[in-house]
Parts: sequence; C-alpha cells; structure tokens
Amino acid sequence: MSVDSAFVHKMWVDHELSKMVTSGTVPFPMLSDGGGKVGQVFGVYDADGGVDVRGRFIIDPDGVIQGFEVLTPPVGRNVAESLRQIAAFQLVRESKGTQATPSGWRPGKKVLTPGEDLVGNVWKEWKVGMAFD
Amino acid sequence: MPKEQKVGCARPTGGVVGEAPSADSGEKTTPAKQEMKPMVQVGKKAPDFTAPCYYQGKFASVQLSEYLGKWVVLCFYPGDFTFV
Repeated sequence: MSVDSAFVHKMWVDHELSKMVTSGTVPFPMLSDGGGKVGQVFGVYDADGGVDVRGRFIIDPDGVIQGFEVLTPPVGRNVAESLRQIAAFQLVRESKGTQATPSGWRPGKKVLTPGEDLVGNVWKEWKVGMAFD
Repeated sequence: MPKEQKVGCARPTGGVVGEAPSADSGEKTTPAKQEMKPMVQVGKKAPDFTAPCYYQGKFASVQLSEYLGKWVVLCFYPGDFTFV
C-alpha cells in the first residue's frame, strides 16, 4: 500500500515489476492510500513527505496485529525475517499459547513450554548461542 | 475479497472503516481527541479500512476485514518506482 493511485500501480507492474517476478504479475493486491488516510491510522504516514513509510504489519486470522516493523525509506525489509515471524506466530497459535518461540527460533528449532517448571530454568533449555545459530 | 470497480476519470479513494460515534455519549470530546491518531498496538485489532487496488490486471477494491480467517501481511512503502 502506498499513496500512489491504482493506475500508477498498474504502470509500475507493466513497466518494471513484471520484469522482476517470474510469474510476470504481482500475486497480491497493490493497495492505494490516497492522502495517507490509512497510513495515518496505522502510524506510518509521514505528513512532511506526504508518503507512507516502510511499515509491515502481521495480522492474524482474528484480525489482531501480532507484530509490526517500521523503517525509514532508504532501508529495505528482510522478507525472510517476516516469514520467520509468521511461522512463529502460527506455531504459537496452533499450540493455543502453550508453546513459545525463544530468541533465534527458526522452524524446526526448539520451542519453550512456559510454566512453573520453566521459571528460573530457561538457562537449562536455551543457550545464548541459540540466538545466533 | 477484491471487487472489480469501474474505471473512471476520478481517482478512487478509500477510507478507514470504523464504528460510528455513539450519539448518546454525553462526553464532550476535546479537540486533541478528534485528531486522527494512530490506533495500532500489538495484541489489538487492526483498524479496518477499504482501499482501491490493482490486482491481476484489474482495478478493484478491498476491505481488510474480508480477510478475517487468513493471515495477512500489510505492507506500506513510500512509493511506486522507488528503489528499495
């Protein structure tokens, strides 16, 4: 979503994006936020620049915001990190909140089961190196 | 889900979808409260909105709440033809 019109989105797809994606088409709706009204409500509208800055929101099936990240325009996102976070939120949701993903978690890595037994014992279950490996 | 829209000369716009303010609320809102304030917080509902869009070669309109039941990634970016 940007403040550009849907017509400009079409031009961008036709002239540039279609040459970048293998399918030749963008697989999701490209939204238009004329005037930044939606960006304002999400806290990502820069009134001075008249644009929405680089904000990314993960919204769960109940419509609840689980996470967001906002960057100034010159630095791009890390899509792999967004996918990792979605996988983590999905795991937690599927476990109905009985499991948690510690720092450095990736799909397949160890999860934690919060509870009385874990209090003061995280050091046995999780090592600092696991944040980086 | 995206609905097809007629292409006209006017630039289509959307807006935030919210509950109408209750008429019987006796409280007088201060000017500060009337400003469009960010209302996002993790663990809280995302504000609903409608927006015009371009999707699979068509001009359409989407509403966020139509995606309830699915995971949604909502991305804002500064503009088309920017570089990052």
